[in-house]
Amino acid sequence: MKKTFFAQTVLGAVLLFLYVPIVFVVAYGFIPNGISMQFTDADGEFLGLTTKWYRQIFTDAPSVRSLLASFWLSVEVAGLATGISCVLGTTAALALHKWRGRLQSVHHALVYTPLIMPDILIGISLLMLFVACRVQCGFWTILIAHVTFCVSYVAMTVLARLQDFDDAVLEAAYDLGAGPMLAFFKVQLPMLMPGVVAGGLLAFTLSIDDVVITSFVNGAGTNTFPTYVSSMVKHSKNLPAVFALSTLMLAGTCALVGVSKALVNMRQRKMA
Amino acid sequence: MKRRSRLAEWIVTTPSLAWLLLFFAVPALILLSFTFHGHTVNGGVAEGWSLTTWRALADPDYPAIVWRTIRLSFEVTFWCILFALPCAYAIARLPGRFRALVAGAVMLPFWTSFVVRVFAWKTMLHPDGWLQTCYAVFVRAREWMCGWLPESVREFLAWSGLVQAVPAGQSAATILDSETAVVLVSVYTFLPFAIMPLYTAAEKFDFSLMEAARDLGAKSFYAFRKIFVPGVKQGVVSAVLMVFIPMMGSYVIPQMLGGTDCVLVGNKIFMRAIQNRNIPHASALATLMAFSVLVPIALAAWWRRRQDLRDKKRLADETDRRMAMGGAA
Repeated sequence: MKKTFFAQTVLGAVLLFLYVPIVFVVAYGFIPNGISMQFTDADGEFLGLTTKWYRQIFTDAPSVRSLLASFWLSVEVAGLATGISCVLGTTAALALHKWRGRLQSVHHALVYTPLIMPDILIGISLLMLFVACRVQCGFWTILIAHVTFCVSYVAMTVLARLQDFDDAVLEAAYDLGAGPMLAFFKVQLPMLMPGVVAGGLLAFTLSIDDVVITSFVNGAGTNTFPTYVSSMVKHSKNLPAVFALSTLMLAGTCALVGVSKALVNMRQRKMA
Repeated sequence: MKRRSRLAEWIVTTPSLAWLLLFFAVPALILLSFTFHGHTVNGGVAEGWSLTTWRALADPDYPAIVWRTIRLSFEVTFWCILFALPCAYAIARLPGRFRALVAGAVMLPFWTSFVVRVFAWKTMLHPDGWLQTCYAVFVRAREWMCGWLPESVREFLAWSGLVQAVPAGQSAATILDSETAVVLVSVYTFLPFAIMPLYTAAEKFDFSLMEAARDLGAKSFYAFRKIFVPGVKQGVVSAVLMVFIPMMGSYVIPQMLGGTDCVLVGNKIFMRAIQNRNIPHASALATLMAFSVLVPIALAAWWRRRQDLRDKKRLADETDRRMAMGGAA
């Protein structure tokens, strides 16, 4: 065990480093003084904790209304972007998997390049498109931008799944008289579903968390949760409410992952 | 039959191809074309082609910002790889059940919003906070150590910007609104992205090679450096790209934590595009960034191809040698 001692110490320190801010995100949601953001007053006296920020969120208090509006806008954009990019990403992966040729090499380059370019370049170039076409930025431009960067992630995830797909299954379906549509919807798509779901989850997380691209194409006044939070750098009255809402989101995500893990386990046990 | 397949290919390809052409390729071309125009006072793009925008990039402001962006990207990449290597090694050597758990634990912080995490750092780094106290001690220690260095080395460090001198008379610089804060939080953000590819490579690594090296008398660290690190070099290249490229385009972290001194190319693009509405300048900076990102990608691709060729050649040589030996016997 001695031989990995040093590496394990580094790993422990790194995990600590990664988790300290998360602990503070949760703690700041209970802070009484939202202006100074210190747990102690000027004399170093501990001020105690409060649940008033949570109460504000649950009662939809006026002070947090724009924060909650931005949060629901984020959910809406992420949901729609996930849906659209799942369809586009899956068809893209199918085409890239099935055919080779000049068309597909152009297609592949178009799908792959957004993955290796810094986000900001996608944001600025889309802004240039909207400027050139004189489009007013708002909900639809945000949605278009989110779909554009999500498609590539979904396509790559589904493509990885397709690499393990046994094409003989499709041949069997054809031999049994299925047409290409029936074979796709009844045989291939159900087998690809885990890949599509994984890609969709990735797209949803990326979309709901995106601040760089959105801040270029959101226009004045339309804010998703991340751009709303980053605009609070200058006027941070509701900061603890942001941390409280993030804690709720974290708890929600943990619960979702836990439930889905339990469901998968149950299913596996039933199958065994 | 052939024509039908061709039609099917077009039908399946068109949705994603059309979307990406319209919203990725065309915007990139528009952006490129804007760089060959001047700008108008009211925030528009001037008529007629000109090179004024490209010439304006020589403005002393811009090269300094580009240099700072490149330097910080290297710094952050260096720290990320330095910490990620032992982490990947330690995770890969854990017993099977713990391995997935710890690898998951590395990614778990990403279940909270990125902006919120940066904001938590901003609050933690507040001048009245405990991290500021730690930083003041660190600055004092660094100054004391720099005092031992020869004058020429100190001058070089100050010139390259690697160590900023604390102006005389000031107690200690604040960590918030400084380059240090940007590096710290960038390392925090990108470290998991460096650990993951390294861990994937380390999982496939044959650790009995390390035992062998140690049996032959190598010290632990020597074996780590000479056997493990070269063994996961593919992972190292991926990890470097995963950190370096987003760092070159970084703009949220310097904006929130860097203050006025730590403006990077990303911030400048945002400023020019949104705040002072100089579309051509923003486009030119973005083009510059795109090309500077392509350089490391092309280098990595070239290196990978060379490795593949070398492996193939080695295999072929080995086969030849065996055949020759077999023939002799």
